[in-house]
Amino acid sequence: MRKAKIGVVVFPGSNCDHDSHFVVGEILGQDARFIWHKEGSVGDVDAVILPGGFSYGDYLRCGAIARFSPVMKDVVRFANAGGIVIGICNGFQILTEAGLLPGVLLRNESLRFICRDVFVRVENEQTRFTNACRPGDVLRIPIAHGEGNYFADDETLKGLEDHRQIVFRYSNATGDVTPEANPNGSLRNIAGIVNRSGNVLGMMPHPERAADPVLRRDDGRLVFESMVRSILRTEQVFEIVNQRS
Amino acid sequence: MHVQVTVTLRTSILDPQGKAVEHGIHSMGFASVGNVRIGKIVDLDVDTTDDKEALRVAEEIAKKLLANPVMEDFTVTLVRNGEHRK
Repeated sequence: MRKAKIGVVVFPGSNCDHDSHFVVGEILGQDARFIWHKEGSVGDVDAVILPGGFSYGDYLRCGAIARFSPVMKDVVRFANAGGIVIGICNGFQILTEAGLLPGVLLRNESLRFICRDVFVRVENEQTRFTNACRPGDVLRIPIAHGEGNYFADDETLKGLEDHRQIVFRYSNATGDVTPEANPNGSLRNIAGIVNRSGNVLGMMPHPERAADPVLRRDDGRLVFESMVRSILRTEQVFEIVNQRS
Repeated sequence: MHVQVTVTLRTSILDPQGKAVEHGIHSMGFASVGNVRIGKIVDLDVDTTDDKEALRVAEEIAKKLLANPVMEDFTVTLVRNGEHRK
């Protein structure tokens, strides 16, 4: 049976690359591979993960220098050709810097680095990253960032709302999107967005850190499962993946 | 040529770091101080004798890398013998 080929880009300073690789390769049994940032091409993959971490020490701005890593040119090409790209945490910051997603991640309103579980409500379960979720699902996933405060101008925000591009919003455990549930000051409680064509997602929470049933919290697995489902597109795999969970 | 690039947060963007420093300034007793904003200075040497070329190069770098137009503004200044010229 065909497996989904998913590449994890490794920048100097990435630190969630192995976690992402583990989830794809070990938890979901797919073909996971690393892509060194100096490669000129992402190679023969179905999807690319830009993992979390502190690429280039977060110097200048988070993601600003990684965006010019040699492989990024091909990641942009891959994304523009419709390839599936997910940026997690620092990966989300890199995607905004590279212009693949609108807006920017500012310093947390509290100025503090925040590392804890949060709840996010799935706002659109029809994306390539959420099709394994049910409408309105609330996922418990950790965040770990100092710059996760999503900002965009009003026009951009309106575009995101109008095209259902806001995929995850910070909420409480019962799914209410409230100011108290917002950990970092993000406009409209935005935790994750997708581009207009739906193939590029950025999210601040770390689904790869909550994807192994051994950890007893595996809500994050749904994000990776969704990606695999949309890559393989077969009923058979749907059943197999369902049996696993 | 020596060029100095100044990067500042756009006025529409909340600057929590500046706010924190402002609190510190108020704690020092300077109640008259407000609107504290924090930015960055990047110094560059451009290997050319042409002022315009040096500014053009610095501006392109600032636009693409040093500043993010979504949240930041920048200025580019020629520095000669410690003297700044736009």
